[in-house]
Amino acid sequence: MIPFRRANQSIELIDGFMNTIDQGMLIFKEGVKNYLFGKRENFIDNLRTLSNLETEADLAKRKIEQLLYTQSLMPQLRGDILRLLEDLDDIIDIAKTNLYQFDVEVPFVPAELNQDLIKLSELSCSAVESVIPAARAYFRDPESVKEKIHRVYLFEKEADKLADAIKRRVFQEMPSVNLSEKFHLRYFTLHIENLSDAAERAADLLAIMAIKRTV
Amino acid sequence: MLFALFLTSGLFLGWSLGANDASNIFGTAVGSKMLRFRKAAIIASVFVIIGAVFQGRGTSETLTSLSSVDALGGAFTVSLCAAITVFGMNKNGLPVSTTQAIVGAIIGWSLFTGNTTDLTVLAKIVGSWISSPILGALFGAILFVLLRLILRRLKLHVIKLDSYIRIGLILAGAFGAYSLGANNIGNVMGVFIPSAPDVILNFGLFTLDGTQLLFLLGGLAIALGIFTYSHRVMNTIGNGILSLNSESAIVIVLSQALVLFLFSSSSFADFLHSIGLPALPLVPVSSTQVVIGALLGIGLVKGARELNFKMLGGVALGWILTPVISGIITYFALFFVQNVFKLQVAEVVKETGVTQQIAFPLKPVTNIDLVQPGIIALFVVALIILAIILINQFKLRKKAEDALHAQHEEIYQFRRALNELEISTVQKENELLNTKLEIKRKEFITVAQNISQQKEFLENLADRIEKIPAESELPEAASQSLHDLQAAIRQKMSFTDELSQFYAKVEKLHNDFRMKLETAFPDLTPQEKKLAMLLRLNFSTKEISSLMNISPKSVEISRYRLRKKLKITKGESLTNFINNL
Repeated sequence: MIPFRRANQSIELIDGFMNTIDQGMLIFKEGVKNYLFGKRENFIDNLRTLSNLETEADLAKRKIEQLLYTQSLMPQLRGDILRLLEDLDDIIDIAKTNLYQFDVEVPFVPAELNQDLIKLSELSCSAVESVIPAARAYFRDPESVKEKIHRVYLFEKEADKLADAIKRRVFQEMPSVNLSEKFHLRYFTLHIENLSDAAERAADLLAIMAIKRTV
Repeated sequence: MLFALFLTSGLFLGWSLGANDASNIFGTAVGSKMLRFRKAAIIASVFVIIGAVFQGRGTSETLTSLSSVDALGGAFTVSLCAAITVFGMNKNGLPVSTTQAIVGAIIGWSLFTGNTTDLTVLAKIVGSWISSPILGALFGAILFVLLRLILRRLKLHVIKLDSYIRIGLILAGAFGAYSLGANNIGNVMGVFIPSAPDVILNFGLFTLDGTQLLFLLGGLAIALGIFTYSHRVMNTIGNGILSLNSESAIVIVLSQALVLFLFSSSSFADFLHSIGLPALPLVPVSSTQVVIGALLGIGLVKGARELNFKMLGGVALGWILTPVISGIITYFALFFVQNVFKLQVAEVVKETGVTQQIAFPLKPVTNIDLVQPGIIALFVVALIILAIILINQFKLRKKAEDALHAQHEEIYQFRRALNELEISTVQKENELLNTKLEIKRKEFITVAQNISQQKEFLENLADRIEKIPAESELPEAASQSLHDLQAAIRQKMSFTDELSQFYAKVEKLHNDFRMKLETAFPDLTPQEKKLAMLLRLNFSTKEISSLMNISPKSVEISRYRLRKKLKITKGESLTNFINNL
């Protein structure tokens, strides 16, 4: 039946979109690691893959948007759903921009900060990785969204704390680093931290959307 | 003819019912844009007519037994007053029920004519006004809990759920429309039943008697109301009181359909009777009140969050106001109809002075066989539908093609505008560059003229100094000084620095020209290149001679040599050739 065919097509696209975001996070983590350990070729490869994933996510988002509107699917919910997809798409956009910034600006990172920055990128990505199951749950089991998004808030908070610690360490315990380099490091810490903030925004939206569906 | 005229009031009531009550069935689906209005209107109309024709008899009989309006004039007035009440209250945003309006009007008729109202039937009807919202609430609550349980168990994807709900809304809406037709047709045509034509139409598969034909007319009036007026109401409902999530919407429509069905199904009443349970009376009930009941039921399940006491107040107000207003209007209207228009409003009239007798005629039943015409009509209808579908498809295709063409045209126009813009920008830039070039050229000419004038002046000066020792006897030292001065002036006259600066600037400005000249004619000497450059700047022979520190004759010779090297044929201008290079 045509309505079900369209519905299945939209479901596949949404699932594919979530997978793309998920894969994007894995690549981002790898990219940061490769940059910090000086594996330039691998880093460039990660950058290229992430850029492709971002384009894929954009295309999928547009297709979903088109399907939901042209087929008049879920007139009451589609506004919220499209906003959620926007927020999730923002996450992969931020990740791609971050890697590009590493590539263009080539920040100097003292070796002793490597582990902290890797940990920060992992925490930020974990926040995103926790928001994706919550987003998937919204579509099938909205009541379980709440129990899934609390992890996002936890990872976001941890990422914030670690980012503060890194900044404090850079400015207070590293006199040998130039002030310009310190500023540069601060911006890159912020860039990575932005990922978890974007995940938090998506989680906030999801929380409200889930309530709207369950009442 | 008179019967048809009197029937218009019933049709008006039917139109009002269609305009208002169809929104209870498809309001949410249309208002929330899950279903297009046209589709909803077609489904609702078809099923309202089917319900009215095949299951409308039960509730109509109850209304007739309340008090039989036994004269056409009376039936007309009763129906018209009920319709006016419904229309007027709706216009003023007051909750209204067609059932209560017609019951009020019938009671008004009974009071006016002195006929007795069957109190048992009245109690049944009034009881149903209370029991129908309660039943609606019960069904709403039960169905909502059931649906929620099923959905929790199934964990359907929201998009798939949306598709199911869409189909569910159509099915429930169709059932609702059927029940509405079955239950409420009595309100519309009940008072005219005693004057229904005594005919039986045989369509082969089914037969329609006079009452059913009357119901068919009523159903058509309801359908007209749906098509002409309910769209606005549906949009208001969809975004207003029924702006709920789609699960609640489907439950409400289904609850309403079930309640209306139970109050109009004689088979169900028989079934209840057969198992020893008290049967539900077959009475017309208000679909709006059932919907409000269902809403309350769902609200209670959700934890009384969505209970709207204003709505409850509205229902109570409707219960009291509608029959009272309708009754009063009918009473006064009957007075006018009887005394001003001199029409009989009842068979037994208390007052005297009745001039016109329009009682229901007793005619023999006429049986009309419509099997063959029915088949032909069906065939024709099928053909018409097919033609409409084909025309629609053609129109859609044409519309899509037109849209595509318009899009292409728009893109073409945009591109053309963009090209024009680009061209005009380039032209403007060129003009600007040409102006700059002209200014530069003039500057160079001024510099060249300046050098030339200075040179002339210095030449004169040197000549005059040269003549001084010959004309006057000067001491040796003074003559030597004058000689030195003359030498210095002649040295200055070469203007080497100024000229090299001048050439550097000219070369910079005409870099492209220099490159082209060197590429096309590599054997040109530096002097010849300088000459070509000065010719490009449109300097005269005299100016060139001063700038190149050679005589005008030498300039002519140089030009001649340059022509040869550039392989310029006779009749062709050297300056033109250089400018076009």
